[in-house]
Amino acid sequence: MAIELKMPALSPTMEEGTLAKWLKSEGDEIVAGDIIAEIETDKATMEFEAVDEGTLGKIMVEEGTEGVKVGTVIAILAGEGEDASDIEAPAASGEVDDVQGEGKDVGREESEAEITKPKPKAEVRDPDVPEGTSYTSTSVREALRDGMAEEMRRDERVFVMGEEVAEYQGAYKVTQGLLDEFGPKRVIDTPITEYGFAGIGTGAAMGGLRPIVEFMTFNFAMQAIDHIINSAAKTNYMSGGQMRCPVVFRGPNGAASRVGAQHSQNYGPWYASVPGLIVIAPYDSADAKGLMKAAIRTEDPVVFLENELVYGRSFDVPDMDDYVLPIGKARIMREGSDVTIVAYSIAVGLALEAAEELAGEGIDAEVIDLRTLRPLDRETVLASLAKTNRLVIAEEGWPTCSIASEIIAICMEDGFDHLDAPVTRVCDEDVPLPYAANLEKLALIDTPRVVKAAKKVCYRD
Amino acid sequence: MAKAPKSRKSPAKSPSDDTDFALHSLQDALEKNKRFKASDEQLQHFYEQMLLIRRFEERAGQLYGLGLIGGFCHLYIGQEAVAVGLQSALTEGLDSVITGYRDHGHMLAYGIDPKVIMAELTGREAGISKGKGGSMHMFSTEHKFYGGHGIVGAQVSLGGGLALAHRYNDDGGLCLAYFGDGAANQGQVYETFNMAALWNLPIVFVVENNQYAMGTAVKRSSAETEFYRRGTAFRIPGMKVNGMDVLEVRQAAEIAFKHVREGKGPVLMECETYRYRGHSMSDPAKYRTREEVQDIREHKDPIEGLKKFMIENGSKEDDLKAIDKDIRKVVSEAADFAENLPEPDASELYTDVLVEEY
Ligand SMILES: Cc1ncc(C[n+]2csc(CCOP(=O)(O)OP(=O)(O)O)c2C)c(N)n1
Ligand SMILES: [Mg+2]
Repeated sequence: MAIELKMPALSPTMEEGTLAKWLKSEGDEIVAGDIIAEIETDKATMEFEAVDEGTLGKIMVEEGTEGVKVGTVIAILAGEGEDASDIEAPAASGEVDDVQGEGKDVGREESEAEITKPKPKAEVRDPDVPEGTSYTSTSVREALRDGMAEEMRRDERVFVMGEEVAEYQGAYKVTQGLLDEFGPKRVIDTPITEYGFAGIGTGAAMGGLRPIVEFMTFNFAMQAIDHIINSAAKTNYMSGGQMRCPVVFRGPNGAASRVGAQHSQNYGPWYASVPGLIVIAPYDSADAKGLMKAAIRTEDPVVFLENELVYGRSFDVPDMDDYVLPIGKARIMREGSDVTIVAYSIAVGLALEAAEELAGEGIDAEVIDLRTLRPLDRETVLASLAKTNRLVIAEEGWPTCSIASEIIAICMEDGFDHLDAPVTRVCDEDVPLPYAANLEKLALIDTPRVVKAAKKVCYRD
Repeated sequence: MAKAPKSRKSPAKSPSDDTDFALHSLQDALEKNKRFKASDEQLQHFYEQMLLIRRFEERAGQLYGLGLIGGFCHLYIGQEAVAVGLQSALTEGLDSVITGYRDHGHMLAYGIDPKVIMAELTGREAGISKGKGGSMHMFSTEHKFYGGHGIVGAQVSLGGGLALAHRYNDDGGLCLAYFGDGAANQGQVYETFNMAALWNLPIVFVVENNQYAMGTAVKRSSAETEFYRRGTAFRIPGMKVNGMDVLEVRQAAEIAFKHVREGKGPVLMECETYRYRGHSMSDPAKYRTREEVQDIREHKDPIEGLKKFMIENGSKEDDLKAIDKDIRKVVSEAADFAENLPEPDASELYTDVLVEEY
C-alpha cells in the first residue's frame, strides 16, 4: 500500500509553504521519526518527520519550490513488500480539491437553519404571595443566610466554603449560625487562597456537589476569576452540554466605606459580559433570599453580588415556606409615567429616593430594579421606556463599559422610536476610589445626581 | 474538611526526618518491588492501549497536517505508559480523572471510542463535545473523566474539588489529577496541595514530567527539578516513577491508590517521561537536538520496552504484529469517521451556553 506524503500544515494558519530541502532521496529507507524534508513558512523552518515506514518512492515536488499548498502530494512512500520504482505517481496537482470530507473547507452545506438565540421564558413572574401572608422585617444579611440555610436543609449536596465562614461566622456575618446547624463538613473554613479554593469549589460542582463559595469581598475574587470564567462558565459549552457546574460564587461587591481603591469596585459589568454565567445583584431582603435560593438551585454557575452597605438594612420578607424568585426578571419597584430610572444593587435605594424627590416636583418616575444582570431583562426595560419615553440608569460603578452602557445600547437598538430624550447614565466618577472622605463622596453616585439627570431628560432643568 | 487527618504524624524532629518523610514513605515500597506482576491478558491489554494511543496520535498529526484538525493539537506520543499504567489501576465508575489539554491519551486509556475523540479533533457534530470543545476540551462524565482543560494548572485545583466531592459523599473514590512539569510552577498547584493535605482529600497528583514546557527545559524553569519532593512542605509523600515503563507506573499506582484509599491523604507522583513530538503541532523544535529525541525513542520507548518484555516472556512477534494491524484498522476507521461526518449545525451555536432557561 503506497502512502502519499502530503504537504503538511505546520501551524493553524499555514496555507502554503516552501519545500526548502529534501533530506532523503528516492530509494532511501525511511523509519518513523526520520526527517524527510525541511519546510519553510513565513514564520519558521520546520522539519517534516516521517510517521510511517517504507521506501521513498517518487518525489513529486522538487526542493526549492515555493508556494506549495497544504495537502499537495509531495512524495510517495512504498510500503513493506512494494517496489518503490513501480509506484504509479498520481498526476501532480498543485491545488487541494475541496472534496466533502477532505481538505480545508469541509463540512456541511450552508445551513438553512436559523441561528436561534434563546428566548426568555414567557410570563415568568415572582411567585404570588397569598393574601393574608404575614411579613417579617429582616436584614439583607439574615435574608441571605436564611436562603442558604433553607437550601442546605433541603439538599444535602449544598455546602458553603470560604475564608472565615465557619468558626468566625463570616467576615460580614452572613454565614452566622450555619456552622452550628450544619457542622464542619458543610461549612468549611478555607485558607486565604482564592484561586485554589475557587478551583476546588468549581471542581466539586463538576463532581456533583452544589457549593456556595464565599469571597470575603469580590475584590479578592480577581485572583480566582480564571476559575469563575474559564472553568465554571465555559465548561458546559465546551463539553457540548455534558458537564454541569452548579456553583454559586457570592460575597460583597461594590464600594464599601472609606476602604480605598483596592477594596471598592463593582464587578457587575465584568461578570455580566461572560456567556455561561448567571449574574445576580439583588437590592432588598426578599429578593436577596428568593434569588439566593434560585441561585443555589439552578444548574448553571452563578455570580451573586451582594453589597456590604446594604447588609444591615431591613426590609419585609414574606413568611412563606419556599420563597424562590425567577432568575432573569427585573422588578418594577415603583410605577411611574414620566421617566424610567433603571438601577441594581445599592443604587436602587438611590433611585427610590430620587423618585420621591421627583414626585415632589411633579415628575412621576418609574423605578426598575434589574436584580439579574445576566441574562438581562431587556423586555421590562423596553416596556417601561415605551411607556415613559425617557430613561436614566443609576449605577454604583464606573461608567465605562458598564451595565449602564449596555442598557443604553439596548435602548438604541430596540427602543429608539420610543425615545424623547437621550438615555443618560449616572455612575461613579471614572477614577479609582479615593480614601479622603470628601473625595470619596465626590466620586460616588448619590441621589441628587440621579434627580438632576431625571429632570434633564424631562427637560425640566 | 474539619475531621483531623488520621495519618498526620507528630511534627518532625529534625530536617532530616522531614526528608525521610517526603522521599521514602511510599518510595520505599516501590523500590522493594518495582514492577507490577501482570497476567498475560493484562500485558496484552497494556500493549494494545499504548499502541492505540500511539497510532491514534500519529494519525491525528497527519490529519492536522492536512488541515482537518485546527488550532492547538498536543500529542501524547512517548507518554503512553503514564496514562495506561495509572488508569488501568482505577476502579471504573468510581474514581475520577482530570488533566490538561494533552488529553487524547487519557481518554483512549479509558476505552472511550476513538471515533468520537477523532471527530472532536476535526470539529464534527459527532465529536464527544459536539465539536464545540476541540482537542483540548473533551469530557466524559460517563467515565468520570472531567477534561480536558486549557489553562495550565487549573485542573489541579479542579481535581482537588473532585476529590472533595469523593470525600463529601464518602464514596470511597479518588481523583487522579495529571499536570505537566511546567504546570508544576503554578501557584494554584500549591494552594491545592495545602488544602488537599489539610483536608485529607483522596487525590493522587501526577506530574507528567516530559522534560519540557513548550520550549523551556525543566532546569531552565524550576528551582527544584525533583518534582516529587515538592509536596514536602505540605507533608504530602512523593514518589518518583519511571514513566516509560508501564509496569512500573502500574506498580506505583497500586501503592499510591492504596495509601489514598486508606484515608491517608494525597500523594504526589512524578512520572519521568518524554514527548517525542513538538509541544503542539506548530513547534519549531529548536530547543532540543534530534539526537536527544532519537536516543529516547531507541532506548526508552515504552511500547518497544513492553514488546521486548512480552517476547522474552513467550509472546509471539507475529501475534504482536497482528495487534498492530488491528489497531491501525481501528484508527483508520476513526479517521474516516472523523473526516466524513458533518460539522455541527449552525443551530448549535447558541445551545449549551446555559443549562436552564430563564
Ligand atoms: C495559565 C496559562 N499560561 C500559559 C499557557 C500557554 N501554555 C500552554 S501549554 C504550556 C506549557 C505547559 O507545559 P507542561 O506543564 O510541562 O505540560 P506539557 O505541555 O509538557 O504536557 C504553556 C505555557 C496556558 N495555556 N495557560
Ligand atoms: Mg512538560
